[in-house]
Amino acid sequence: MSFDVERVRRDFPILSQKIRGKDLVFLDSGASAQKPRAVIDAMVRCMEERYANVHRGAYFLSEAATEAYEAARLATARFLNAPDPRGIVFAKNSTEAINLVAHSWGRHMLRPGQAVLFSELEHHANIVPWHLLKEDKGVELRVVRVTDSGEIDLEDLAAKLEDGKVGLVAIAHMSNVLGTVAPAERIARMAHAAGAKVLFDGSQAAVHRRVDLQALDADFYVFTGHKLYGPTGIGVLAAKLEHLERMPPFLGGGDMISSVTLERSEWAPPPAKFEAGTPPIVEAVGLHAAIDYVTAIGMEAIEAHERHLVDRAMRRLTDIEGVTLLGRAQDRGGVFAMATDYAHAHDLATLLDRAGIAVRAGRHCAEPLHTRFGVEGGTVRASFGLYTTEAEVDYLAEALTKAREFFA
Amino acid sequence: MFDDLRDLYQEVILDHGRKPRNFRRLEDADRSARGDNPMCGDRLELFLKLAPDGRIADAAFQGRGCAISTASASLLTETVKGKTAAEAHALSDSFRELAMTGTCPHCQAALEEEMERLQPLSGVHEFPSRVKCATLAWHTLNAALDGAKEASSE
Ligand SMILES: Cc1ncc(COP(=O)(O)O)c(C=O)c1O
Repeated sequence: MSFDVERVRRDFPILSQKIRGKDLVFLDSGASAQKPRAVIDAMVRCMEERYANVHRGAYFLSEAATEAYEAARLATARFLNAPDPRGIVFAKNSTEAINLVAHSWGRHMLRPGQAVLFSELEHHANIVPWHLLKEDKGVELRVVRVTDSGEIDLEDLAAKLEDGKVGLVAIAHMSNVLGTVAPAERIARMAHAAGAKVLFDGSQAAVHRRVDLQALDADFYVFTGHKLYGPTGIGVLAAKLEHLERMPPFLGGGDMISSVTLERSEWAPPPAKFEAGTPPIVEAVGLHAAIDYVTAIGMEAIEAHERHLVDRAMRRLTDIEGVTLLGRAQDRGGVFAMATDYAHAHDLATLLDRAGIAVRAGRHCAEPLHTRFGVEGGTVRASFGLYTTEAEVDYLAEALTKAREFFA
Repeated sequence: MFDDLRDLYQEVILDHGRKPRNFRRLEDADRSARGDNPMCGDRLELFLKLAPDGRIADAAFQGRGCAISTASASLLTETVKGKTAAEAHALSDSFRELAMTGTCPHCQAALEEEMERLQPLSGVHEFPSRVKCATLAWHTLNAALDGAKEASSE
């Protein structure tokens, strides 16, 4: 199927809106993406026609809802080419999925003296849980450096893996600031060769690339529904079943036990063991619709479209006087963080907003990375979705040029 | 493309944003406090030198932030000089009302001249996400006057 961005745009009701009389140029999909009609309709239909609690009632609606919820799990497993759908755990978002791993796997499988390794370009969601684990368990934290071009420094990674003490390598598959796509298969091989498990934060990558968990051989992979054109309130932990079987539960409650007396509980097998309480049922249906939506367009077609946008942005955004792009990774997706010599990020974002352009200003939950690149005040970040057009990239470039005149 | 933004970014604000007044550390400050806006990463430190009668003899600040927060801090240091703590608190209250609503009907007549100088920042009330940029320095002023070390505009 050929990719027709104008047709894609018509699938997203919000994009036809005017903001202060101007066309909406939504360049903040990296923070959260807009939703296609298919997702909205699927969630409404679930609530109008097929809603009840799951795994609980022996009646038509509950069975239908349970089926829809489990179908979302199967679709997610297929989307990631996961080896086993029982390895798909639904969580609230990426943040909760990483915390689940830190809490259940980290606290029980890591021994004092072992280390967790992450990189300088991580989102806080893949830093803070490890800080908490360190305080709790006394594990060591190691930070792999990022090169000036914004790539994971693989030599540094090799050096930090060498003594065999690293128990877990936790790396963003794609940076939410630099757009860098990490060489995940290579990192996984390096980690495994050094006796470490590997977690990828796929919050950004899963939106822009086809993810193949079997090829990656990832122990843990997380992503979040709302960036994949799905709803908020649902995220995914995809883990090897062997890990989930050995991990104790994260939260306790209903639906995650096989039997309970007043004294003790027996855990249900995974994934139920990690899904305590009523799960995000409507959200799972929405995520399923989002996965079907991007799959029907094709992840390869989405990636190709984005490659055009990235090429365009690299040409148009790099020759604006006073604007500096952070990172020049070879393999990158549609995320561009910019610092300017003429305006603070917030002033610039306010200006762009008046031109109808929605961008994020600040440090994008990646403060250490901004420190690493010497931009303490923050950057303006433009991030693309599958509905982003080349004309929008050009319009952003034009606005950045005019903004310079405004502040001069 | 940006013409209607001249209300927010008036020349006075751009000027104070680019060339903040009293932008220095007061080594012999009697009071100081840090202001922090963790959402945007704006950070400043405000210094006050008090005269024997308790009036603010000198005010200065350092830090980094957007044009709005820098201009606001710069204008603050100019307008609080000579004020008693009570007058400075009253000015701070009035300014925050101005920033949030665009007007200050209850402002004290005695502060009219100062409020006139701060008027260019009133445009910020139309930008809810930017109000805290304008008020950061004033929260920090309150903290310094009250002997607290830190203020946050969260
Ligand atoms: C790379 C990365 N990791 C983690 C997250 C956290 O996602 P969520 O807020 O949905 O948990 C984000 C998005 O904010 C992200 O971009």
